[in-house]
Amino acid sequence: MSPHPASENSGIWKLIFGRLDWSSLPLHEPIVVGTFLMVALGGAVVLGLVTKYRLWGTLWHDWFTTVDHKRIGIMYMILGLIMFLRGFADAIMMRLQQAMAFNGSEGYLNAHHYDQIFTAHGVIMIFFVAMPMITGIMNYIVPLQIGARDVSFPFLNNFSFWMTTAGAVIVMMSLFVGEFARTGWLAYPPLSGIAYSPGVGVDYYIWGLQIAGIGTLLSGVNLIATIVKMRAPGMTMMKLPIFTWTSLCANILIVAAFPVLTAVLALLSLDRYVGTAFFTNDMGGNPMMYVNLIWIWGHPEVYILILPLFGVFSEVTSTFSSKRLFGYSSMVYATIVIALLSYLVWLHHFFTMGSGASVNSFFGITTMVISIPTGAKLFNWLFTMYRGRIRYELPMMWTVAFMLTFTVGGMTGVLLAVPPADFVLHNSLFLIAHFHNVIIGGVLFGLFAAINYWWPKAFGFRLETTWGKRSFWLWVVGFWVAFMPLYVLGLMGVTRRMRVFDDPSLQIWFQIAALGAVMIAAGIACMFIQFAVSIKNRDQLRDTTGDPWDGRTLEWATSSPPPDYNFAFTPVIHDGDAWADMKKRGYQRPLTGYAAIHMPSNTGTGIIIAGLSVAFSVGMIWYMWWLAGLSFIAILAVAIGHTFNYKRDFTIPKDVVERIESERSTLLAAKG
Amino acid sequence: MSAHDHETHAGSHGTMGSYMIGFGLSVLLTAIPFWLVMNKTFANPQVTAFIIMGFAVVQIVVHMIYFLHMNTRSEGGWSMMALIFTLVLVVITLSGSMWVMYHLNANMMPHMEHDMSQMP
Repeated sequence: MSPHPASENSGIWKLIFGRLDWSSLPLHEPIVVGTFLMVALGGAVVLGLVTKYRLWGTLWHDWFTTVDHKRIGIMYMILGLIMFLRGFADAIMMRLQQAMAFNGSEGYLNAHHYDQIFTAHGVIMIFFVAMPMITGIMNYIVPLQIGARDVSFPFLNNFSFWMTTAGAVIVMMSLFVGEFARTGWLAYPPLSGIAYSPGVGVDYYIWGLQIAGIGTLLSGVNLIATIVKMRAPGMTMMKLPIFTWTSLCANILIVAAFPVLTAVLALLSLDRYVGTAFFTNDMGGNPMMYVNLIWIWGHPEVYILILPLFGVFSEVTSTFSSKRLFGYSSMVYATIVIALLSYLVWLHHFFTMGSGASVNSFFGITTMVISIPTGAKLFNWLFTMYRGRIRYELPMMWTVAFMLTFTVGGMTGVLLAVPPADFVLHNSLFLIAHFHNVIIGGVLFGLFAAINYWWPKAFGFRLETTWGKRSFWLWVVGFWVAFMPLYVLGLMGVTRRMRVFDDPSLQIWFQIAALGAVMIAAGIACMFIQFAVSIKNRDQLRDTTGDPWDGRTLEWATSSPPPDYNFAFTPVIHDGDAWADMKKRGYQRPLTGYAAIHMPSNTGTGIIIAGLSVAFSVGMIWYMWWLAGLSFIAILAVAIGHTFNYKRDFTIPKDVVERIESERSTLLAAKG
Repeated sequence: MSAHDHETHAGSHGTMGSYMIGFGLSVLLTAIPFWLVMNKTFANPQVTAFIIMGFAVVQIVVHMIYFLHMNTRSEGGWSMMALIFTLVLVVITLSGSMWVMYHLNANMMPHMEHDMSQMP
């Protein structure tokens, strides 16, 4: 923060606007100003189009206030994709800077801006891309896979989504008003303490994550309750589809781990706001405790991200090999073991902090042990493919790319788990290459597999393959080109988060990495073109069966997109791959005997509370205490008011159900 | 939503007697530590601290049994499983943090300079 002009900081200004004044706007940063103009222009066009086509009513009634898990799932995916563009813009800016800043050149980013970019990239990619997208997929698919009509707590689901969005809004706001943290994505003290980061950056970070964390935690509770309590009759735990199993374990990890993050960020806020000394260097504080606690959350978080995608790969491999998943029960136990072990490895993130040989070797060994259940999963996928009739559709291609890429990432992970090796590689670009190798190769490839696999279920038409394949090859090749140089640089001792370099011999590697980032950018462009072309050609790509891939689990038993109530009759389950079993036994869709269906009603409370939370956070970040106080009271009032809302449910009448189902019968008959 | 909502939930809701037993035990388990502190029964405050911690743990169990109606059968065993899982994680987090921080302190705190000067 630049020093405030004294005139603007007079008493009344300060009372109303806290630390906000004209110098808070980054007008001296041409890149940020340009970005702002583009965003403002784009936003104006979108708002204009929405108004022109009179979509505000539809948006509000059918989307923003919806409690339908399917619509909320789609909104999570849209949030994730938008934030992905922001996170990737940060990434390519860093790659460009590092490729340029040699031979005395300072590159094009100043230190203040560059440090915000690498922090924002990490925070956004983990919290606002990966988390919303896996939550979106779980939200959409889990209730369908277990034969339920919605999640256990539909309003809570809407509320969780809007809290996550509120967190994203707070982080995005920091781009144009004030600054973002310059501390790295985990904001280690003492750097993130008030003494070294007196500006608003770390406060944006804290409140963005705290608000989004509420959403994540509640959606975890919701999905656990859904899976435990709302399974269709006959679906015992060992007949649960494997994606639902991995989702259950991931959500248990969310509920167990996120409170630790909330607590540690609350302690950091106390240090920053009221002058406690939990993580300071003096007064008995200990910054090492912050590092310890945040990784107790941080390591399970890694598995929260990857476990649901392991489930996706299992479903895809089994479906496109037209075979039952090899070793279902070993897959379930491997998932549970990974979930438990993920709590026993956190120290491998700070081997070099100095715990000594005994502690380091314990955590080194537990880390290596995790590779055993993970390896078991990989062999299960290979054996599922073995002698299967494999169809190389896009989801399967992403799965194979995952298996190759992720295995390499896993191996470099085991390498880093050896404490002496870690002392050499800690904080180097080798580490960066490793975790991008597993997060892109595992989480992102898994999300792309999931999007291509379940898109026809969500929208009733397939994604077209030409642009999909272009995207696939550009992404996979681009990934290898972008990150292999970082392994090399890391082995040569180049540390992460550097802005300028002295040694000209390193430049070629950064240039190759930048080329890879450009290929990935082209891959992302192809993906969005794929979406656009598919929506344009949706009539040719239409699927009327609801089961385009010859699927094996219950979500393929209903129409695409599914009706609001998912299933007219709750299915009864006799076998693990429930839909494959029903098809084998010659299942006939019941055509009569429909009944009225009891459903939850929409409500605007979620978006209102989330909006007030943004106002509360702005108040806290800028020290506008009146705003924080008023919005906090308003949040309580709206929440209490909502408990008096008794219009929570409605009934879909029998004749509406009959009409929807007979429309489907007509479609199915026309097809077959 | 579906028919699931209308099923009655298994699990007892407690009787007047069980609530009174729970209340009595809670009062007792609170009063004794209070008395231990007020009366300075043990000369060493650390002994008192550990005994209070012990009473606190028993108090948690009393609350879970008498007020939260937890037993091995409620919710088809899910409550018990969740409790065991929580206990395992809390024990890992607390004991692990203490172990890690103890070693960090022993290795990295400034008094080490003194030890280093003794090195050959």
